[in-house]
Amino acid sequence: MSSLATNLINVFGVLFAVLTVAAVLVYGERRLLALVQDRYGPNRAGPFGLLQIIADVIKMFTKEDWIPPFADRFVFILAPAVIMITVLLSFTVVPFAPGVEVVSLNIGLLFFLAMSSMGVYSVVLAGWASNSKYSLLGGLRAAAQMLSYEVFMGLSLMGVVILAGSFNLREIVEAQKGMWFVLPQFIGFVVFMIAGLAETHRIPFDLPEADSELIAGYHSEYSAMKFGMFMVGEYIGVTLISVLIVALFFGGWIGPVLPPLVWFVLKTSFFILLIILIRGSLPRPRYDQLMSYGWKLLLPLSLLNLVVTGGIVLALG
Amino acid sequence: MIVVFYIASGVAILSTFLVILQSNAVHALLYAILSLLSVAIVFFSLGAPLVAALEVIVYAGAIMVLFVFVVMVLNLGPGAEGQERVWLQPRTWTGPVILTLVLIGELIYIFLARPGLALGGPAIGPQEVSLALYGPYLLGVELASILLLAGLVGAYHLGREPSD
Amino acid sequence: MLSVLRSIWGVFLHAFRRRETVLYPEVKPYLPPRYRGRIILTRDPDGEERCVACYLCAVACPVDCISLQATEDDSGRRYPEFFRINFSRCIFCGLCEEACPTFAIQLTPDFEMGEYNRNNLVYEKEQLLISGPGKYPDYNFYRVAGLAIAGKGKGEAEREQPPVDVRSLLP
Repeated sequence: MSSLATNLINVFGVLFAVLTVAAVLVYGERRLLALVQDRYGPNRAGPFGLLQIIADVIKMFTKEDWIPPFADRFVFILAPAVIMITVLLSFTVVPFAPGVEVVSLNIGLLFFLAMSSMGVYSVVLAGWASNSKYSLLGGLRAAAQMLSYEVFMGLSLMGVVILAGSFNLREIVEAQKGMWFVLPQFIGFVVFMIAGLAETHRIPFDLPEADSELIAGYHSEYSAMKFGMFMVGEYIGVTLISVLIVALFFGGWIGPVLPPLVWFVLKTSFFILLIILIRGSLPRPRYDQLMSYGWKLLLPLSLLNLVVTGGIVLALG
Repeated sequence: MIVVFYIASGVAILSTFLVILQSNAVHALLYAILSLLSVAIVFFSLGAPLVAALEVIVYAGAIMVLFVFVVMVLNLGPGAEGQERVWLQPRTWTGPVILTLVLIGELIYIFLARPGLALGGPAIGPQEVSLALYGPYLLGVELASILLLAGLVGAYHLGREPSD
Repeated sequence: MLSVLRSIWGVFLHAFRRRETVLYPEVKPYLPPRYRGRIILTRDPDGEERCVACYLCAVACPVDCISLQATEDDSGRRYPEFFRINFSRCIFCGLCEEACPTFAIQLTPDFEMGEYNRNNLVYEKEQLLISGPGKYPDYNFYRVAGLAIAGKGKGEAEREQPPVDVRSLLP
């Protein structure tokens, strides 16, 4: 029964860690954005403003949970649940350290891609179910954007799969003992990073929510904890993308001296910080720019990367 | 694993029926997604995890999104308000919720019980599928790709702006 | 692509700059003496009310937040019976100060007027009137005006000649 106990500890440990990271990010992102914008950020509640997290949670839970009378009730409630479920399920295949993972799936990477493609529904259905024009526009944008960037996301990962010879994330990490895949797969890393930002619709790819044009896009009509689910889902998505970049391109838990889990957490934190920094520095592109950038630049780039990687691997035998 | 297979197939059949029975287009599409997901579980339990993942990625993740996309644009007519009273009945939302819960339960069971193992026979990995596709079934793959190319050219032609 | 990386790097460098935020309750910002904040009513150097209840401030006020009622004492000196400013309406434009002929109403560099109860923003004369002369310490309206009040007869004001008896024929 010890294996069941280990499993349960892994499941709840990962769940707890991920949700904690998401909660801390709610505060940390505001603090870090303030840092790069010559401000202080929330610094009043408690030491360094850390109690701001609790204040935000209390606010989120006690607000009125309003469902618009013109909304499609069932889909409206379903949508925020979908994003949480899909993003959290994606974490099941991630190996955090030797022995610290929920399940070692032999199609782990494909499972992640499947879950991220299911995540599109959350945004699209939220936009449709709200039954308002801004939400619908946000939903339409989200559908087109996420579908397009999913393509390059999948293609950019295939170079890693060729090098590692497996879809299993544990084996991919172990294949990086000699060299991190970021060196041979630098293009793949860049494309995955960009596509990952677009998948979680973070700034600069936040066209589905675009506050300045669409109010808040697909979650205009959401309030209280349903809105909170979208927000937490976004933060967990950021964590997921960082975790996957580390596992796929930066050697996962591999590193000298320090214990494996510490290395993993350190590398992940670096990429979370980088994504927040990108949010603080880049403007939002126009919609046609986004689409042409994706299909005319990233798609050929990732295809070329795939072909060249495959050719080199074949030639070297 | 055999129980998983039968439950998943049952859910697939039931949800496919409900796709047909639904009067609301988006709700019907939700059932269709559910049906595809349960088919993916069926593939998984039969020892084809690659096909299961591709089923979710390609069908449930990409093609059905396009369906939803189109319905989203079409559905906001003036008559939509009259239909809403029908949508708000509890019988429309209890069904998919229960069925999805069953699927999630199965997913958890699969993960906890024997990760990556198949129902009967060995698991078929991506390498076997690729070798089969580009070995004995090469002709079929090429035919399909030519069909896709024709579709691509046709779509490009239809979407082109008239140069008058 | 290079410009994108450069802007990310440039924004990152801002993390080590000096903070622009002023931590307000601990660090107060400098406000110039002519800042238009809370409105006060001043007294002349003799300690009497400057306001002569001419209603010009109430007329000039674009949001009609000033209301007052004029009255006179026994010697004929005018003063407001009540003087009320509704600060929940006031826009601190300073037009009342410009309209005032006696420098009675003045705006001060103080803006910390937050209240939990909206009614507390209606200031009566007791709250408005201060004990000093404000920005013009030497000015006393009745000492330059020709009006006779208690303690100052006709022709006793500054730079005022004694009254001429127009009925007299003497040169």
